[in-house]
Amino acid sequence: MATKSSKSSLIIKNLHVETEDKTNRQSKKEILKGLDLEIKEGEIHAIMGPNGSGKSTLLNALMGHPNYQISGGTIQLKTGDKTKKLNDLKADERSNLGLFMAFQHPIEVPGLSFLHMLRTIKNLKGTEKQSLEELLEELKIELKKLKIDEKALERGINEGFSGGEKKKLEIFQMKVLKPNFILLDEIDSGLDIDALKIVAENIKEFFKKYSPAIIIVTHYARILKFIEPHKVHILSDGKIIKSGGKSLAHITEKHGYEKN
Amino acid sequence: MATKKIDTLFTNYKYGFHTDTKSTLVIPKGLSEKIVRQISAIKEEPKWMTDYRVKAYKEFVKKPLPDFGPSLGGINFDDIHYYIRPQDKTQNKWEDVPAEIKETFDRLGIPEHEKRSLAGSGAQFESEMIYHSIKESLSKKGVIFDSIDQGLKKYPELFKAYFGTIVPYNDNKFSALNSAVWSGGSFIYIPKNTYVELPLQAYFRINTESMGQFERTLIIADEGSFLHYIEGCTAPVYSKDSLHSAVVEIIVKKNAHVQYTTVQNWSTNVYNLVTKRAYAYENAEMIWLDCNVGSKVTMKYPSIYLIGDNSKGEIKSLAMAKDNQCQDTGGKIIHTGKNTTSKIIAKSISKDHGNASYRGLLKATKSARNSFNYSKCDALILSPEARSDTIPKISIDDPTASIAHEASIFKIDDSQLFYLMSRGLPQDTAVSEIVNGFANPIVSELPMEYAVELKRLLEIETE
Repeated sequence: MATKSSKSSLIIKNLHVETEDKTNRQSKKEILKGLDLEIKEGEIHAIMGPNGSGKSTLLNALMGHPNYQISGGTIQLKTGDKTKKLNDLKADERSNLGLFMAFQHPIEVPGLSFLHMLRTIKNLKGTEKQSLEELLEELKIELKKLKIDEKALERGINEGFSGGEKKKLEIFQMKVLKPNFILLDEIDSGLDIDALKIVAENIKEFFKKYSPAIIIVTHYARILKFIEPHKVHILSDGKIIKSGGKSLAHITEKHGYEKN
Repeated sequence: MATKKIDTLFTNYKYGFHTDTKSTLVIPKGLSEKIVRQISAIKEEPKWMTDYRVKAYKEFVKKPLPDFGPSLGGINFDDIHYYIRPQDKTQNKWEDVPAEIKETFDRLGIPEHEKRSLAGSGAQFESEMIYHSIKESLSKKGVIFDSIDQGLKKYPELFKAYFGTIVPYNDNKFSALNSAVWSGGSFIYIPKNTYVELPLQAYFRINTESMGQFERTLIIADEGSFLHYIEGCTAPVYSKDSLHSAVVEIIVKKNAHVQYTTVQNWSTNVYNLVTKRAYAYENAEMIWLDCNVGSKVTMKYPSIYLIGDNSKGEIKSLAMAKDNQCQDTGGKIIHTGKNTTSKIIAKSISKDHGNASYRGLLKATKSARNSFNYSKCDALILSPEARSDTIPKISIDDPTASIAHEASIFKIDDSQLFYLMSRGLPQDTAVSEIVNGFANPIVSELPMEYAVELKRLLEIETE
């Protein structure tokens, strides 16, 4: 990541997203119904909301999942005076612009090792000149910080790992790929308290060093005790119904979404 | 559309070139007893071999085509050259190989490969081994690595004791054909307790249109010996079909270990119908590592007879079928010894109208007490028109046998693609990475040169 004079922002305007209705192939179901959000590099935003409110849909649509179609509104990346529309870009193109998503349920790719994938991506991007030895050293340092056995590098992607390990490995990939816009989809679910602390520490360390923009989607305020958000948004029925400071998260957890 | 398809075929298959050569002897197309006798006469063979060939020819005429598997109706047995001699004798120095033939093998990288990582190598062009060479240190130890024709001449007793004992001429129509017109292939003998550290390799090349190649390989690994043998094969792209029908016989004696690795990459106008079989004696180990990427139709089921007590067998295979290719491959393991163990790992990838199927036989006779097998067949299907069948036959006559068979079918799903793309891999790369990941458990077992080559092939094939 080059040092920049001005920070980039991800600007979401009046976003409508629909998916195929699983019960009826003919019809589409609208999940996001006009969502507005702006996040700058150096900010951490938390998005909370009840099940089915559209939290995962938002992150998948931002990352470019083909099953989530944008039917209205825009997703833009603004750097200085330049604005780039992301609506029609594929996931790999968005990744090249600095977006990254940590999956709620990381996908298994048998036989393809983390090492091979990360090496291929780094070679493709070609931004950092790194020998295999240098890359290996970097990967091993990050694995150690996340308390993952370095044998994981040679194993198939997410193949046969426990739920907690998979979540840690998402953060591992984030730290190695060094994105500027990070989407964390329920990174805290399925983690015990020790693993949660490790994950939170690694996210904080990365934030401190590179000041990216981070969107944390979560059900619980628990993780927000470890990573303090600058803003908290409440998502309900496809729209952001309330935004506020970090205290909003704790009020919400105490009183539920309905009270807001 | 049709033109484009042919173009891609030519550009993707980098071995599709053909070299202009002056063969020293070409027997006209077609097969008869007279031609069989002529081949034997050219080779100045003993009478027993001439008689054997004639007997096999009669069996070939009598036997029907296989009643299973892909259609072989496209083979016109009258439109094939059964013998072409490319030069007058087998050379043991690359410099002595005629320039235009040498050029072919140079383009295939064979001499380079030998220098780097092999204990010996052989090369067959059309019907004859044109080159054979082994490290002096090994020949001093008594290791024999020669063309099979030389094997018959130089070691007649050893040859006669084993030839045709593992795969009899009347085993099937194509073993009969091979037994009638066989020419070329390797003859290998590894003495007792001799460990051949680096692999021996043979490379097979068909150059002429409508050519039939019928090499025959005989490997005898004496007690306590160790061998890894590799074969590779390619051919030019022609509009008329060629036929490759080989027979491989392997004897793995007590405590010996043999691995036979194949990377089959014939052009898509070659019918590849091969019989491969090994006998493993007490405490011996036999491994077939069989990769089939090329050919029009392949029918090949490497077999292991676990005869000796405590013997082990393993068949690992990878088949890829695209366009209209058909890979009907698999393996057979027959347990007759006590405490014998075996494993079959078969992976297939099919695309377009390709058909990559697994056909297997697993048998444990009454004498095979406490035999153990684990079989796993995985099929990856890349297009809606592609096809893969898993046809395992299991026949167990002994109640103490432990047999497990698993089969799975995969396709590349959107979530896998999205996951990899979200990390920055373009779609094409993501697809070939998923395919490579699927094939990796087999590919990673190959010697490095072949692993690199096969990965490259999988990338091209899945585009």
